[in-house]
Amino acid sequence: MNWRAIWSIYQFEMMRFFRTLTQSFVSPVISTSLYFVVFGAAIGSRIDQVEGVSYGAFIVPGLIMLTVMTQAITNASFGIYFPKFIGTIYELLSAPVNFLEIVIGYVGAAATKALFIGLVILATSAFFVDITIMHPFAMIAFLVLTCLSFALLGFIIGIWAGNFEQLQLVPLLVVTPLVFLGGSFYAISMLPPFWQSVTLFNPVVYLISGFRWAFFGMADVPVGLSLLAIVGFTALCLVAVWWIFKTGWRIRT
Amino acid sequence: MAMVQIRNVRKAYEDGFEALKGVNLDIEEGEILALLGPNGAGKTTLISAICGITRITSGTISVGGHDTVRDYRAARKLIGLVPQELTLEPFQTVIDAVRFSRGLFGYPPDDSHVEHVLRTLTLWDKRDSKIVQLSGGMKRRVLIAKALGHEPRVLFLDEPTAGVDVELRRDMWETVARLKADGVTIILTTHYIEEAEAIADRVGVINKGEILLVENKSDLMARMGQKTLSIELTEPIDAVPAGLAGYALEQTRDGRTLRYTYDTRADRTGIARLMADLGSAGLRVRDVATSQNSLEDIFVGMVAEQEDRNGDKEASA
Ligand SMILES: Nc1ncnc2c1ncn2[C@@H]1O[C@H](COP(=O)(O)OP(=O)(O)OP(=O)(O)O)[C@@H](O)[C@H]1O
Ligand SMILES: [Mg+2]
Repeated sequence: MNWRAIWSIYQFEMMRFFRTLTQSFVSPVISTSLYFVVFGAAIGSRIDQVEGVSYGAFIVPGLIMLTVMTQAITNASFGIYFPKFIGTIYELLSAPVNFLEIVIGYVGAAATKALFIGLVILATSAFFVDITIMHPFAMIAFLVLTCLSFALLGFIIGIWAGNFEQLQLVPLLVVTPLVFLGGSFYAISMLPPFWQSVTLFNPVVYLISGFRWAFFGMADVPVGLSLLAIVGFTALCLVAVWWIFKTGWRIRT
Repeated sequence: MAMVQIRNVRKAYEDGFEALKGVNLDIEEGEILALLGPNGAGKTTLISAICGITRITSGTISVGGHDTVRDYRAARKLIGLVPQELTLEPFQTVIDAVRFSRGLFGYPPDDSHVEHVLRTLTLWDKRDSKIVQLSGGMKRRVLIAKALGHEPRVLFLDEPTAGVDVELRRDMWETVARLKADGVTIILTTHYIEEAEAIADRVGVINKGEILLVENKSDLMARMGQKTLSIELTEPIDAVPAGLAGYALEQTRDGRTLRYTYDTRADRTGIARLMADLGSAGLRVRDVATSQNSLEDIFVGMVAEQEDRNGDKEASA
């Protein structure tokens, strides 16, 4: 393993993050606060509890997931798309590195940023509602796995994308709807039976459910399934990335 | 064994276009090879193939004895590449850009080496500037600094003098000379014959994906010391008379002109004797002209020859 190369890529990617640290820090804080005002105050006044948890606290895991997933995808896709776009990818391709090292560097950095923002949201939420975390280790594990797997997905999108529109297409058209419909702001049991079954085809439901379980010990689907879903999703992305590098798809002419 | 060995390398791009058509080339350790060729000849493609930026369709390439596909790590670790385009991360600082390259190639941080590289390229004062703040020529220097940051043994310079002023060009040749003194193998591409002349040990000519010639510069220069005497005849002839066999005359297709090549540096050029012998052979001379061979002529001549050959191939197919 060329650890120095991994470290160089990771450091370079993190540098961009630190350059805009205030921005990276302030925007999740503001948007989280807004969510609490809108969802917590407006809707929370009508629904005061979901399965014994106050609505304000109930939405925290979904809120974190929503931001973490979009951030991981955006950061990773942009991270690899940009060198492709401006041509600096020549250096990665001609360096003594393999695909795993490139992926660890980019995906690791994107996941770190997403994780950081997730924790910022968690901390911000603590100002608005009382949060208890029943299974802290499981919570961290779910969070980290989600950051990693969605950063992997973002990396794939970044390699696939041929222009900036495509870069934003998947997060906008696929991920955001899936997350919103994935039970971020409601329990699946609150839906009519038909939509409950439809929802079960949404992979994000499993992630959010597992994550919420780590907080409150309650879940829409069994935790084992959630774990399986996230591990399976990560594995799928890894295979895709491996194939991309093996064939040189969209990177090596 | 040659430092870079290229064997039967073909490259067809996705659209089916064949940019390299069976290239064979050996580049010796410590030499400076200039690859000369017009736009679209395949120079960048060849370099990209060696460096791993593009996949070759068939053939093999080795650098320092390491196959560039099977043993890519060892091969690439020896290589530094200065690309043709000014591709740099706009918001990185100069010194970070060089450190990044060094790390990417697996080398431990070494501030004194980085400083040395930046100083030789007169970038030291600009080390904390962001790339966007630099002029084009300085960006070119940064690209060189990045390549030198990881101490390559083989350096590729793809059109290093495009858009570069006289001073930078002189600096660049000084850097190249210093690297050569350290035993670094250098391959540079150029459109300019004078550039190849000025700096290379050997010159390779490439056109339409084929290497047309690789020759020592001194041999090439010797050929350039030659002059050609064109003798126009009043009556066309079918064949050169036997009495003139000793002159190695070339005959044009229409049989109206004979060409005699002679060395200007020789004691006797043989022109007077040839003139006399022409008369004895019964040929009447209408006009004569002499021309000096330049690398340009050699180059143009070869390209024309290649087209002829390909034309014949197509005609016979
Ligand atoms: N990605 C690509 N897909 C298809 N064809 C390509 C690609 N890259 C280069 N080519 C073609 O391959 C041929 C050789 O290109 P290359 O860039 O190697 O030429 P070059 O000798 O470097 O030219 P120049 O002096 O203009 O830099 C050209 O005809 C070019 O159009
Ligand atoms: Mg080129």
